[in-house]
Amino acid sequence: MPTPTDRKYSKTHEWVKIEGTNATVGITGHAQEALGDITFVELPKVGADVKKSAACCVIESVKAASDINAPVSGKVSEVNESLGTAPESVNSDPYGAGWIFKLSNVNLSDAAGLMDAQAYDAFVESE
Amino acid sequence: MKKTVLYDAHVALGAKMAPFGGYEMPIQYSGILAEHKTAREAAVIFDTCHMGEFSVSGANAVSDLETVLSCPVAALKTGQCRYGFLCNEKGGVVDDQIVYRMAEKEFFMVVNAATEPADFEWVRRHLSAGTRIENLSAQTAKLDLQGPGSAKIMQKLMATPIDGMKYYTWAKNRYKNTEVLVSRTGYTGEIGFEIYCSNDLGRAFWNDSLNLGALPAGLGARDTLRLEMGYPLYGHELDDCTNAAESNFSRAINAGKKFIGSGVILDPARTRRLLVGIQLHDRRSARHGDAVLDENGMAAGTVTSGSFSPSLGYAIAFGYVSLQTSAVGNHVRIRTDRQELAGTIVELPFYKKATGRMDLKKFL
Repeated sequence: MPTPTDRKYSKTHEWVKIEGTNATVGITGHAQEALGDITFVELPKVGADVKKSAACCVIESVKAASDINAPVSGKVSEVNESLGTAPESVNSDPYGAGWIFKLSNVNLSDAAGLMDAQAYDAFVESE
Repeated sequence: MKKTVLYDAHVALGAKMAPFGGYEMPIQYSGILAEHKTAREAAVIFDTCHMGEFSVSGANAVSDLETVLSCPVAALKTGQCRYGFLCNEKGGVVDDQIVYRMAEKEFFMVVNAATEPADFEWVRRHLSAGTRIENLSAQTAKLDLQGPGSAKIMQKLMATPIDGMKYYTWAKNRYKNTEVLVSRTGYTGEIGFEIYCSNDLGRAFWNDSLNLGALPAGLGARDTLRLEMGYPLYGHELDDCTNAAESNFSRAINAGKKFIGSGVILDPARTRRLLVGIQLHDRRSARHGDAVLDENGMAAGTVTSGSFSPSLGYAIAFGYVSLQTSAVGNHVRIRTDRQELAGTIVELPFYKKATGRMDLKKFL
């Protein structure tokens, strides 16, 4: 699965696509591959403030539960309700239908420490 | 870390590998959910070469094994298999196993990988002087072909008809002009077989099964399949400190005989908690070690295994709970690292549509 070049990546394997002061967040192709079949996504609450690098929701696979960290700070504006019945979209389309939540009021300076696609691929390779 | 004879095959298939029972084993190939579904609907094959096999024979083999095993032994007819425990004097479980009656005075035992060396010593130590025990583990390949579609594949590969095989029986058959041992047993609940043969034949059987449409399945799916069936996993539901009676697997225990540990196991006053099945109310899973709370929020026990159930669409768990909490229908809460989950104690198996005990002829 190629890593899209239109977004940024965290070292904890989330992606964020920033448009103006809004952002969409999900987990990477590498992350879903490592987790295996996703069976449950605990979505954050709409309206909640999330903090860069802090855990804001949980993703479960058959074998384990893992935190999802917010790659940037902001306010949750929308969550992907369809994951309630179809969490497997995170496996099949992690960069599209498997998005997890959207943020408004994004702190744009937070994006500075994130990787681009090429740097993320190199990071995964080195891990 | 040891490797089975199929290690290279797993790596070539792109399996995720991890240590299990002292072996580097495949956890999944295509994915746990896909492998699980295929086992319930078609056919999968598992590499179980890591497991141990012993032969026990001699004039006193029956009475010796009657003492060493919790299940009935003398009552077994040649051709039958039986699930039972090796127990210690405190009633704890040294291992769980399946015993095959091969002849009047000859038995075959199949044990777990991690416990195999200790099991061998344990059994050997408790046999009378004239009873022989041989450890066949290194020279024996074991493969599990499981699922409603497994019967047709097995028949294509075997020289002799298998249609007469009943659940929990074994038969000698011929594969590539060589005698092999096949039993109608398994750990999935579905129609299925376990084959025991040489390591070379094991490699060939693996490849032939894949070519005939069986999907390779790993220990991940093996775990979700057995959990749905309410089967215990040694080290989770069973261990050497847990009274075998508390495991609630009464069919593994013959209450009418004396065996090692029976003084504790058959004394109802020594059963202080019970293993139960817990149905969670949504998809979020409990995990090994999570606390079980009763309706009043009081500590009532511990989860031993938990997973999302692929066949049922919600999470299920095994846990030991106090006797007063153990009744079917009781509501419990499970405290995980992150939250409390609501659950209900239910009858086992969780999954009730498995084909394992059905008439084999319908699947040929």
